[in-house]
Amino acid sequence: MKTPLVSVAWVVLGTVIGSFGAVFLKIGAGHLNRRLQSLLLNWRLALGIAFYLLSSVFYVVGVRNGELSVLYPMVSLGSVWTLLWSNLLLGESLTRPKFMAVGLILAGCVLLGLGSR
Amino acid sequence: MHTVEAPPKSAPPRRQGRAMLAVLLCTFINAASQACIKLGTASLGGHPTMLETALGIVTKPLLFSGYALLGASTVLFVLALRKGDLSLLYPVLTLGYVWVTVLSVVMFHDSMNSFKIAGVAVIIAGVGVLGKASSQ
Repeated sequence: MKTPLVSVAWVVLGTVIGSFGAVFLKIGAGHLNRRLQSLLLNWRLALGIAFYLLSSVFYVVGVRNGELSVLYPMVSLGSVWTLLWSNLLLGESLTRPKFMAVGLILAGCVLLGLGSR
Repeated sequence: MHTVEAPPKSAPPRRQGRAMLAVLLCTFINAASQACIKLGTASLGGHPTMLETALGIVTKPLLFSGYALLGASTVLFVLALRKGDLSLLYPVLTLGYVWVTVLSVVMFHDSMNSFKIAGVAVIIAGVGVLGKASSQ
């Protein structure tokens, strides 16, 4: 079974959407206080979860017509986008350990993908 | 003359370490939730319709616990994000895949091979780098 490029595109787009979800969860987390309303009525968190759900739809559609061993490692691309957004949108520092860790995690997921062929 | 310590720009290191531990717990809960959902899906039968699946999430105990655990881990992740950098905590979630891989070998008798072992080791090393960075 070959993996069509369209499936790859669905999964990669899913990781981009998921990374926006993470950014909104982070922003929403900054608006939490001791009251339960700040968790339940937090539109930033709701938007983050909505992005997550949307990304899983993209993932399911992508995986349907492709090989899991090829597509599965791509899910870890979410870490790359998140690293980018945390710097550009949240002003977090990009340090050498963060790059190293994301590199190792990508490599590890590629190995897991190779192992599940 | 006394030197005044500069205030930390991001969250203090020890707090980030605690946030890191919370996300670690998230990855265990995530893996347990995946296992529940996988086991629960089997109880839905061959080709469930979307409605049957949606009803199953409420009526099938395993599916319900799977999604409840997923919700719990999301809340825990958000609470952890309050105390730590997203760029430090988000990549840790990848560990969930590691536990799922281990669980599928132990519970669903998937094959284990050298690629999987290497992948698990390399991902754990990557998370270890983040863990070290969070405590400095």
